[in-house]
Amino acid sequence: MKYLVFILKRLVSLIPVLLGISFIVFFLIRLIPGDPATTLLGSHATPDAVRELRTQLGLTKPLWSQYLTFLGHLLQGNLGYSYVYDSPVGGLIQTSLPVTIWLLISGTVFTLLIAVPLAVLAAARRNGIADNIIRAVPVVGLGLPAFWLGIMLILVFGLKLGWFPVAGYGDTLPEHLRGMVLPGFTIALTLSPILIRSLRASMIDVLSSDYIVTAHAKGISTSRVVLGHALRNAAVSSVTVLGVNIAYLTGSTLVVERVFSLPGIGQQMINSILGRDFPTVQGITLIFAIMVVVVNLLTDVTHAALDPRVKLA
Amino acid sequence: MSAATSVGPVLPAVSGTRGRRRGRWNAPLVAGLVLFALIVLCALCAPLLTSYDPIQQSLKDAFLPPGSPHHLLGTDALGRDVLSRLLYGARVDLRVGVLAVISPFVIGSLIGLISGWFGGWVDAVIGRIVDMVIAFPFLVLVIALVFAMGPGTTSIYTAITLVGWVAYCRIVRGQVLVAKEQEYAMAARASGLPTWRILLRHLLPNVILQAFVFSMSDIVLTLLAIVTLGFLGLGVPPPTPDWGTMIQEGQQFILTKWYMSTIPGLAVVLTGLALALIADGIVEKANK
Amino acid sequence: MTAPLLEVRDLHVDIPLSHGRLHAVRGVSLSVGVAESVGLVGESGSGKSLTLRALLGLLPRPARIVSGTVLIDGEDVTGLPAKQLHRRLTDTMGMVFQDALTALNPVMRVGDQIAEAPLRKLGKSRSEAKAIAIDLMTEVGIPDPERRYRLYPHELSGGMRQRICIAIALSTKPRLILADEPTTALDVTIQAQVLGVLRRLKQEENVGLLLVSHDLAVVSQTCSRLYVMYAGKVVESGTLLDLVTAPKHPYTFSLLRSVPDPDHRVARLLTIHGQPPDLSEAIGGCSFAPRCPFAEEACHQREPVLAPVGSAAGAVIRESACLRVDTAERWTEMVSEETVSQQ
Repeated sequence: MKYLVFILKRLVSLIPVLLGISFIVFFLIRLIPGDPATTLLGSHATPDAVRELRTQLGLTKPLWSQYLTFLGHLLQGNLGYSYVYDSPVGGLIQTSLPVTIWLLISGTVFTLLIAVPLAVLAAARRNGIADNIIRAVPVVGLGLPAFWLGIMLILVFGLKLGWFPVAGYGDTLPEHLRGMVLPGFTIALTLSPILIRSLRASMIDVLSSDYIVTAHAKGISTSRVVLGHALRNAAVSSVTVLGVNIAYLTGSTLVVERVFSLPGIGQQMINSILGRDFPTVQGITLIFAIMVVVVNLLTDVTHAALDPRVKLA
Repeated sequence: MSAATSVGPVLPAVSGTRGRRRGRWNAPLVAGLVLFALIVLCALCAPLLTSYDPIQQSLKDAFLPPGSPHHLLGTDALGRDVLSRLLYGARVDLRVGVLAVISPFVIGSLIGLISGWFGGWVDAVIGRIVDMVIAFPFLVLVIALVFAMGPGTTSIYTAITLVGWVAYCRIVRGQVLVAKEQEYAMAARASGLPTWRILLRHLLPNVILQAFVFSMSDIVLTLLAIVTLGFLGLGVPPPTPDWGTMIQEGQQFILTKWYMSTIPGLAVVLTGLALALIADGIVEKANK
Repeated sequence: MTAPLLEVRDLHVDIPLSHGRLHAVRGVSLSVGVAESVGLVGESGSGKSLTLRALLGLLPRPARIVSGTVLIDGEDVTGLPAKQLHRRLTDTMGMVFQDALTALNPVMRVGDQIAEAPLRKLGKSRSEAKAIAIDLMTEVGIPDPERRYRLYPHELSGGMRQRICIAIALSTKPRLILADEPTTALDVTIQAQVLGVLRRLKQEENVGLLLVSHDLAVVSQTCSRLYVMYAGKVVESGTLLDLVTAPKHPYTFSLLRSVPDPDHRVARLLTIHGQPPDLSEAIGGCSFAPRCPFAEEACHQREPVLAPVGSAAGAVIRESACLRVDTAERWTEMVSEETVSQQ
């Protein structure tokens, strides 16, 4: 119940941000040089069709009225109409969004699997050999392009070793899961350096605190002290770092989906860009922003769940 | 959370490094600078290092493997020399990468300065705009903007500026809020100097360091964004050589000619590493 | 005579510095009997807290034990393998820290923190561990323990938090509690309550106490025997009564004179001038000599050793490390003469 109120309050506070997002997305179309109607229909459209669309889109009305119409449509769940696919944008996104969400989840899971043990090891054996190697990881990892990493993983684990499919998403759940391994791993490799760095730093901080000495003084095992006491405390500060970076790297799903031919919204966005399908690009941009907002919300909720000191009121 | 954390990937300061030397230089900084200088030198001396035109096609010489007599790194599908495309690509990507950091840095810092100094409704409005922009994943908004404005380097600069300034704005604003309360700022205010002079001569030098430190890792991210745009076919228009485009072209032949994607990828990794080392070194220096 | 519960012999603790090392604990020996309350007194930096921490093998980084022997029930445990040693030490002793807020895990319910050792170490079931924790909370005087079991440290008052810490220290069923300035962070009334808890444990549960404090008032309320530390060494030891009424070391003497005593109404408080010595350097003579009102030429040259003073009164041996211990009876006069001559 406490959490429900907390989440509701958060949702209400998000309204201005969501309005802002819709505003930016609306104005994207204004950046296109020339007439939006011509752009939407393509250069081969007849003048009649262009004129009809202009009226239909309300391009003859003042700008603020156009925005209100756009916002009204959004509130009804209407993301626009794709003239290239001849179908509502909402429908297109509905089929591809689950793939992207799966990708984000598997990427996050892999990130945790890679980063948490390494960071804990580095912090527990501070200044040891393992620590020095692990500390170099973020520096190398920062400049690693996700798409190139994906190609290399395909090359080694897909083509040479044949362990995982090189492309696609399959049709059944086991196929989905297997298809998600390499893409998820790619995301994880770009995300984990940041998490390793942050988690190692907070683990070192936490391990020198008094309550760790208290825990040691109880005579419980060192692993219990590190995992039961230190990690939970270090997670409190690192979960925010992870959340912010998942939000930031939501953009790289776009590239990873492209490399692995996954039919998610990122792939859809690139295809729509190449096909100059503006309403779809606009709709997906909006969905991406909403995903970031949702990830941030989840981060806040996780943070509040991990740290009893956060006031839920 | 500090101002820097909400926009780019968060780079917490490395804590607990042992045996830090006191001098002006540290190991990552030196290594990064040397590596970066080598890369820049190679890019500048491209005409001396290779005699091939990077966009000259020669279909009969297509798909030569690395180590071929006249083509050290082989040729691509259109018979263009890979080494010269790599070197000329460095010129393009490095120039765009560095330039695309300067304008967000300048604009973002100025807006942050104004936002922090004046506060009130100015700060509130700027704050709302920042919130809007950071709600989008960096790459998605850049791509959407480049698409809307049409391909070309101008679009890339503009898009990255429109999205990237918010990071600098937040960092500088946070610093100004602190600096504003300090004695030198009060003294400058009391002396009746014009506001712009207080801001630029007295405040700016004191608040810009954090933004500069961030800009170092921002260059890495911007370079990656540019290469990614190239990979997606939204970057520098062909036939201009660009590392992202080269990786994308090589991907089609990954099964038989793995090196075609690997070589330009390594160039990106190496450049990224050099810049990341510099960033790390500067963070270390700044934290002293 | 039975062996003491805990005995430490010639403990040395170092803190490595970028240049050289800080020799923080310089050959401390002490013992605590079964169900005995012993105080370890000294100013901050005297090495008393490090001594206490070293006893449980919980020195803060990068401090380390250079040498020393620890005996439990007369048995030398120093040679045990690390894991067994840790087990043996933590089975015998529990620890209470100065700042209860930082000593408690902020994201764990206080009850779970008390129940952890019974659950993880003593092999109790979940419900048994919880029952033990609630009993302990009652024992240290926490009202309504079932409700407080589920609270987090930040939801409790300072005094309650310190009681939780004591309960945690008791959760391993130790025979001795090591307490490092346990009441310094509390206000006076709460301080008295917490000290009351510690005293009662000794009387009712036969749990001994080794209390570290800079505050003579705190120590005199709880302990029957004292060790006085200065610059990494024990300079004097004896019963509370002996030390307070007839100090045999000028440092103890000055320490006592710096405390306002409502019963004796000392006309003038004695301030200890100067700073404690730099422990990263070798000290030639007596480490207190530069600040000592009674120091002679010899004090700066020759290092005094801790030696029995007078006749052994009963089982407790009185010890002092002062070359001029034979003049102790006249110290009070000497100081008043000096103050008079200064005026």
